[in-house]
Amino acid sequence: MPDKNPHTEFHHALRVNKNACTGCTHCMTVCQTKAIRVRNGKARIIANRCVDCGECYKVCPVSAISVEQDDLQMIFDYEARVILIPSIFIGQFSHKIPASSIYSALKDIGFTHVFQVENTVDMVLEAYSEYRQKNEIRPLISSFCPAIVRLIQVRFPSLVDNIMRVNPPIDMSALYYLEQLKASGIPAEKTGLFYATPCAAKIAAIKSPVGDTESVITGVINMNFLYNKIQRYLQNTSAEKNMPVTDDLLNSRGILWSLTRGEAVHCDKRALAVDGIRNVTEILEDVENDKLGSVEFLELRACDEGCAGGILMTGNRFLTVERLRKLASEHAGSKEDKDKKLSDRFINVKEHSFLGNIEPRNIEKLDEDFNVAMKKMARKRRMMCFLPGFDCGACGAPDCQTLAEDIVQGRAQISHCVFLQHQLVKQNLLSHEKAGKITEEIWGNERLEKNCNKIGAEDENY
Amino acid sequence: MQYRFKIAGGDFSNAGTVASSVKKILRQLNINHTVSKRIVIALYEAEVNVVAHAYSGLVEIDIDSEKLRAYIADKGPGIPDIPKAMEEGFSTASPQVREMGFGAGMGLSNMKRNCDILNITSEPGTGTNVEMITYFKPDAR
Ligand SMILES: Nc1ncnc2c1ncn2[C@@H]1O[C@H](COP(=O)(O)OP(=O)(O)OP(=O)(O)O)[C@@H](O)[C@H]1O
Ligand code: SF4
Ligand SMILES: [Mg+2]
Repeated sequence: MPDKNPHTEFHHALRVNKNACTGCTHCMTVCQTKAIRVRNGKARIIANRCVDCGECYKVCPVSAISVEQDDLQMIFDYEARVILIPSIFIGQFSHKIPASSIYSALKDIGFTHVFQVENTVDMVLEAYSEYRQKNEIRPLISSFCPAIVRLIQVRFPSLVDNIMRVNPPIDMSALYYLEQLKASGIPAEKTGLFYATPCAAKIAAIKSPVGDTESVITGVINMNFLYNKIQRYLQNTSAEKNMPVTDDLLNSRGILWSLTRGEAVHCDKRALAVDGIRNVTEILEDVENDKLGSVEFLELRACDEGCAGGILMTGNRFLTVERLRKLASEHAGSKEDKDKKLSDRFINVKEHSFLGNIEPRNIEKLDEDFNVAMKKMARKRRMMCFLPGFDCGACGAPDCQTLAEDIVQGRAQISHCVFLQHQLVKQNLLSHEKAGKITEEIWGNERLEKNCNKIGAEDENY
Repeated sequence: MQYRFKIAGGDFSNAGTVASSVKKILRQLNINHTVSKRIVIALYEAEVNVVAHAYSGLVEIDIDSEKLRAYIADKGPGIPDIPKAMEEGFSTASPQVREMGFGAGMGLSNMKRNCDILNITSEPGTGTNVEMITYFKPDAR
């Protein structure tokens, strides 16, 4: 029976554009949770396995993976139209463009308030220390990157209790600004809070949050879309407009927060910062084997260089990091920067600092029932004695083991393996016609016809 | 259901592969993660002991509906005084091994803590046999 529990149904922000997809299997092989299969010549994402990390998006040679976003027109349903901007957004632009020009461009697009996402990092840091004192489990794992939280839920279910259930800056800031606008006379229902997102994972987390929370964020606007709009605006506006940000509270800790080591530097005990989803998978394996020793805190991010490497970032991630580090060091000397008392003003939202339970959702289990799982396991192992172990992907599954699992789960057949299919035909156990049909089911019926409109062929870009 | 694995002595870069494979098996069988965590930690320590102290080893894993039994048999120097070796902090690890972060003398006690039944037998000069049993239901011993 299908599971209708809202906590086991997941919103995903990554989509396969069926017209553009050529079924090339690149995405299928990089996926860390084996969430992709090819059917009818197109990639298909299995919803409960996907963690929205965006590896498939990065690797797709024909840009067939897209990230959903809310319609910009949606902002005009609200009187106060707030755009929440993370520091990395500013870091994408040349240092010659002052942040104030970028903010005025955002107002030109239609936003009435520009707020910074990382204003609440000092409050989040306070919540971190409180959490560390109250919970004995180690290492604690940051809940900042939603792709990692989901990766742990599905691939490392034994580590869900290590996730530090603290609300990240985006949610705390959104709550704070909502309160502020309320205080200035704008009711919550007339306020639209829009988040400029660097990635699909953040969208998914806002649309279906973990930890028993509901997001106050109204919608998301993808950063690459905003980036293009702003570049155009800057190109066409000669007069330098100087629009200040609505409430400038950003300090050096906030500027660096979403970059690699942005959280880990604040831990006074051993803390590791790991970026890139493969590296994270490796370190989580070690945590499970209890191999890290006395590490207190793990900052884990799906993207290389942290959010500067988010899939919706346009600027070169290394330059973004360089600019933000420079900006942070300019801030770092000032008195306000050191003044942690700033967080007093967040007193109203502080109670929302902690998240509820995060449930494990083991995607590898062969069955809920142990005895059935044992039977399926035995079948799978027997099947592996026959599958050739090439992991070629021609069956539409990422590797032989996954095909074997799909077979025992009734989602595929042994004849999907091209090599075994060949054997079956040779032994007259399968007709040529039937074999051809099976291949078409996986690869579609146009796939083996001549087509010069593909990468490396005569009409490559035509 | 039975699984078998080989362990090569001295090969630290591969230490942990048996524990990782078993971990995956336990996830596939939907074993409660508190229990599987214990099994994996104990198995990892046993595996590293073969890598660090012996020449080669064989692991047998038997799973039935109530328990997992791991049997690790190695060819190696053996343990002359088992009760002594079980003491926390006792280690004969070489300085090189310590440099790699092993050799705190905590492995055997960690194994004892993380399984329900631990039997170690050893013939000095020949090898060591370790048997560990963990029940899936915490109160089923
Ligand atoms: N398989 C084995 N073969 C030979 N000697 C062993 C074996 N396992 C353990 N020993 C001996 O028992 C001692 C204690 O083992 P234990 O696992 O507790 O500590 P360790 O391996 O020295 O250090 P740690 O496990 O903390 O890295 C070892 O130093 C070694 O002398
Ligand atoms: S590292 Fe940042 S940009 Fe990348 S997935 Fe995680 S939250 Fe998104
Ligand atoms: Mg040891």
